[in-house]
Formats: sequence, C-alpha cells, structure tokens
Amino acid sequence: MVKYVGKRLIYMFLTMFLIATATFFLMQTLPGSPIASYNKLNESQRAIVEKKYGIDKPKPVQYAIYMKNLAQGDLGTSFVFKGKSVNDLLASRFKPSFILGAQAMVFGTIIGILLGIIAALRQNTFWDYGSTFFAILGISIPSFVFASLLQYWVASEWHLLPVGLWNDGWKSSILPSIALAMGPLALSARFIRTEMIEVLSSDYITLAKAKGANGFEIAFKHALRNALIPLVTVLGPVAAGLVTGSLVVEQIFAIPGIGEQFVSSIMSNDHATIMGTTLFFSAFLIVVIFIVDILYGIIDPRIRLSGGKN
Amino acid sequence: MEKILQVKDLELSFHTFAGEVKAIRGVSFDLKKGETLAIVGESGSGKSVTTKSIMRLLPESSSEFKNGQILFDNKDLTKLPERDMQKIRGKEISMIFQDPMTSLNPTMPIGKQVMEPILKHQKVSKAKAKEVTIELLKMVGIPNAEVRYKMYPHQFSGGQRQRIVIAIALACNPKVLIADEPTTALDVTIQAQILELMKDIQKKVDTSIIFITHDLGVVANVADRVAVMYGGRIVEVGTVDEIFYNPQHPYTWGLLSSMPSLDLEEERLYAIPGTPPDLLNPPVGDAFALRSEYALKIDLEQAPPMFQVSDTHYAATWLLHPNAPKVEPPASIIERMKTFPGSRYYETKGGNV
Repeated sequence: MVKYVGKRLIYMFLTMFLIATATFFLMQTLPGSPIASYNKLNESQRAIVEKKYGIDKPKPVQYAIYMKNLAQGDLGTSFVFKGKSVNDLLASRFKPSFILGAQAMVFGTIIGILLGIIAALRQNTFWDYGSTFFAILGISIPSFVFASLLQYWVASEWHLLPVGLWNDGWKSSILPSIALAMGPLALSARFIRTEMIEVLSSDYITLAKAKGANGFEIAFKHALRNALIPLVTVLGPVAAGLVTGSLVVEQIFAIPGIGEQFVSSIMSNDHATIMGTTLFFSAFLIVVIFIVDILYGIIDPRIRLSGGKN
Repeated sequence: MEKILQVKDLELSFHTFAGEVKAIRGVSFDLKKGETLAIVGESGSGKSVTTKSIMRLLPESSSEFKNGQILFDNKDLTKLPERDMQKIRGKEISMIFQDPMTSLNPTMPIGKQVMEPILKHQKVSKAKAKEVTIELLKMVGIPNAEVRYKMYPHQFSGGQRQRIVIAIALACNPKVLIADEPTTALDVTIQAQILELMKDIQKKVDTSIIFITHDLGVVANVADRVAVMYGGRIVEVGTVDEIFYNPQHPYTWGLLSSMPSLDLEEERLYAIPGTPPDLLNPPVGDAFALRSEYALKIDLEQAPPMFQVSDTHYAATWLLHPNAPKVEPPASIIERMKTFPGSRYYETKGGNV
C-alpha cells in the first residue's frame, strides 16, 4: 500500500508538471496581453510595468522563473487584483467553491443512489419511470438553465431563498448546490439502477434471499456495495463535471468562488491567476481521482491495492 | 416414516413475452424425515424450478402457481405471505447452489455470510454467533477457520467456497436441505469430497435432503430415493435400487443407457435422440413419446397416469397398463434387471442358466 501511494504521488507530480507547462505555453498564444487594459499608460510607463511583472523577458526565461516559484508554492502576483498574490486570491475564494462542490457531490450522489435503488427494486413501475425521467432531465438540462429556473421560481417568485451572492450563510449555498448537484445526481441514478438490476439477478443475491433476508437487507447489505463499484469509477469524472459546472453556476449566482474568479481572470488576460486557478483545479482533480482509486479498493476487496510484486 | 414435506399436484407457469411456459405440470412427491431424495432429469425438465418454487425463490412478477400445494409444517408454502416465508428460508429449509464461484457475495467476508442466517433466525449474541460460525466452518472442513473467517470469497478455491455455501445452508440446522446440483461446477476429485461431506453432515444433523442432479453416478452415491423428471412432470419415482435395477419408464431406460459404464463393452455412448419438449406448447400426451421408440398410439393422445410397480415404485408410462403390449427394454437395461429380485428378468444366482 505504501509503495503504491508513493508511486502514485510521483505520477501525480509528473502530471502537474505537464499541465503547468502546457498551460503556460498555451496561454502565451492567447491574443492580447495582461496589461492591455492599462490603456492610459504611455510607452515608457508600459515598459516599467512589464519589467515589474517580468513579462519583458524571453518566454523560456519567464517559464523557468514561473516553474521555480511554483516549486516553492508561489503562484505569482495577479495582474488585475493589484498587489495581491494568486495564493491569497485562491485562499480567500476557495471556501465558497469547496462548500458548493462538496454539498453538490454529497447531495447529488446520495439522492442519485437512492433514486437508482428505488428504480431497480421497482423495475418497470411508476417509480422506475419517474426516476428515469428525472435522471434524463438532470443529464440533458445544462446546469445554467437549471440554475436560472431555480433563481426564477424559488428565489424570485416564491422568495424562499436568496437569488444570489454569498452573504446569507448556508441559505446562499442551497440553490447553487442544487443546480450543481443535478449532474452527479442523474449520473449516479442511472449507474446505480443499471448495476443494481445486474447485481440483483446474481446468484449471491438468490443465496441471500434463501437465507431469509428481507428486501431491505438484500438491497442495502448485499447488493448496494457491489453496485457501487462501477459508480466509484465514474465519480472522478463527476468531480470534474462539478468543477467545470461551478464556473458557470458561480457566475450565475454571483458567488465569489474560484470559478467566478477563473472566468473573470480569463476575460482580463490575467496570466498569473489563470495559471494559478488551472493548476489548482488540476491538483484538485488529481487528488479526487487518487481518492477514488483508494476507495475502489476499500469497497471491492478483490482489488485491494499493492505496489506490484513484493 | 414421518413426511416432512409434501408436494401435491404442483403446477407452475412462467409468463414470458412468447407466452405462458408451463414449467411444472403436476408434480407430486413426499420427502421423509432423514432421507435423501434425488431429482434427476435433463436440462429444462423442471427440477430446479420445482425446488426453487418450494423456497419461493422464483421471481414473483413472472412466475405463478397454477395449482397444487407445497405442505410443510402444516402450512401451504404456495400461499404463505412473503414475510412468513422469510422466516422459513434459511431456518427450516435452506439451499445449496450450483456454482460456488458466483453464489457468495464477493464484497462480504465469508464469516459474516455464514453468520447472517444465525443472527437473523436465532436470538443469539454476536459473540455466540461467531462461535457457531467458526464451528460450522470447521465442520465443513475449512482449515484455520478462526483466521480465514475474516477472508473474502476470492481468497478461497471453488471446493472451499462450496464448503462455505454448505456451512451457510446448515447454519440453522434446517429440516430440509435442497442441494441444486451442488457438485456440477466442481472437478471430479472435489465432487467426491463434497459428496462425502454431505453424507457425513446428514448423519450428524439428521436433515432431509433434496438432491438435484443430472449425474446418475452422483445419485447412486447419495440418494435413498430417486424421482425422474421429464418435461415438467415426474415420470418415475422409486428407491435407488428400483430406479437403477428395475426401471419402467422408457425415459429412465434412456437415461441409464446414456450413463458411461466400465463393464459394458460398447463402443459408443448411447444418447437419447431428439430434444426436450417445448413447454410453451407442451405435447398433449406423454411428453417423451416423440423421442421414444417404445411410444404407443395412446401416448400421443393422453398423458399416462402413475402406475404402481411396488409400494415405493411408481412410473407414468402406458407400457405398465394391463392392455399394453409387452416390450423388451434395451439390452443393457435387461442386464440390470437380471440382478433385481422382483423384476421380470430376474435370474437367481446359479439358477437355471
């Protein structure tokens, strides 16, 4: 296990390095420059600013400096939010994004799993069709449409929850979390339904029934854990979906999260912030995938991890 | 002897997209206390369905009892509510399945799987249940049970897994144990071990066993009585000796002739011609008539009733009717009958040769 984790960590760093390099050079090909918006500057002032941020140097040198700083955990200074380091920016904006993402993930998968189980146990009945319909809606309606609908009905028409912003404590997080949760919810419902139907027809379920187990015990003690295995595999991509989903949803609800900042930094060509956010998202995803792989082994004893031959 | 389980005129159908499949078409048999009843027949003859219907393990949505009763402990299992049925399953009647590779839950330690029916049906503490579990695992021959108790199914071989499945079935000392082809998925040496184990256990716990198999060699080894099933019906039932040495139904003749034997010097193994009947449209008369060279005209028109051969031996074939023509069974069957007192070909040893 230790050997396995060590090996994985090395690969994770390698992946981060590749992502950093690719993003850095891709960003250089973007039209415009970070200080293009400083349009009141004359030539010599512009040169001073460029020198200050180090963007007057050749690209390879800039890259080397950036990577050196990155190795020390320094993501550079924002061009737009003057004088603030990207580290500080991310730190202050991390909390809302994390809360939304985590709530959406937990809510989405739990409700999705329950819907999937109900659909599988009541196959080809009203419950099954209902949950399938719900899941298809969740998959096919983009999160921004759903977010706007929630804003219109729940917030604006019924005045139940705030329309947006992050100033009303937990209440502010409910609507965006629900909007974000639709994707994972729909996906897990579909996955669990298919898997449960498969698992419920297997011999060991018949044996469990032959032992005298009731429907509840069969579904939750015997079938669910086996049906979860494939779902865990897709949870990584689901987390990715949440990350990209949050870009849009945070924008719609005007939540000062990382996604919202990412979008505005791209708009303003804020290289350091784009890099910092991209790397942050990548690191997050890589860690999630790593956790999923570990979870996989915990759920399925047949694939307990080892670092190869001992 | 006391009858522990009685199946009377059982009829069961499956509802499929193609129509109603009459999988069991009037099956009756008794199971006596402490005996082993083997049910033999080819694939699709309804032997597994019969036993699964006793435990009500068939999907409720697609299967339906059309007629008959399954009497156990003064209760008709065909009419028992699911909740009461759960109290019988695993406690009074339990089952061993065919494929040990798929019948254990891969994500649950085996100890927990053996313990489950104990905790479910008996009011005992977890510690006590664990103790019983380890005893059971030892009894079925799992070495080092205290340690292996925590292991998962994939850490055991096929034979060991079947031993674990047997331990699960025995956990609550059931009155009836149904073994649905318990050795079919195992290789021959392991088969013999599992059969020995089952015989030992039956002596120890005095349970009645219904043993389903298509392997007549296994039947000769374990059974007290044999029921031969064909096309959703029992066509012949009797003691092992009666079925093996004085068979009356042409289908039983066919089954016995298709059994490999070391004594007979035949070049090719006999195979029953044709295929099993289509139970979507079951044949009118004797279901075996179309494959039988002994078929009479009436076989195609009317299903034969059970004719009594002896107190314990019955066969459903018109050949036993007083008006039926006398036919000669295949040579190998006559050889068998010669050794059975009471058969018409019986030759006393050293007698008139």
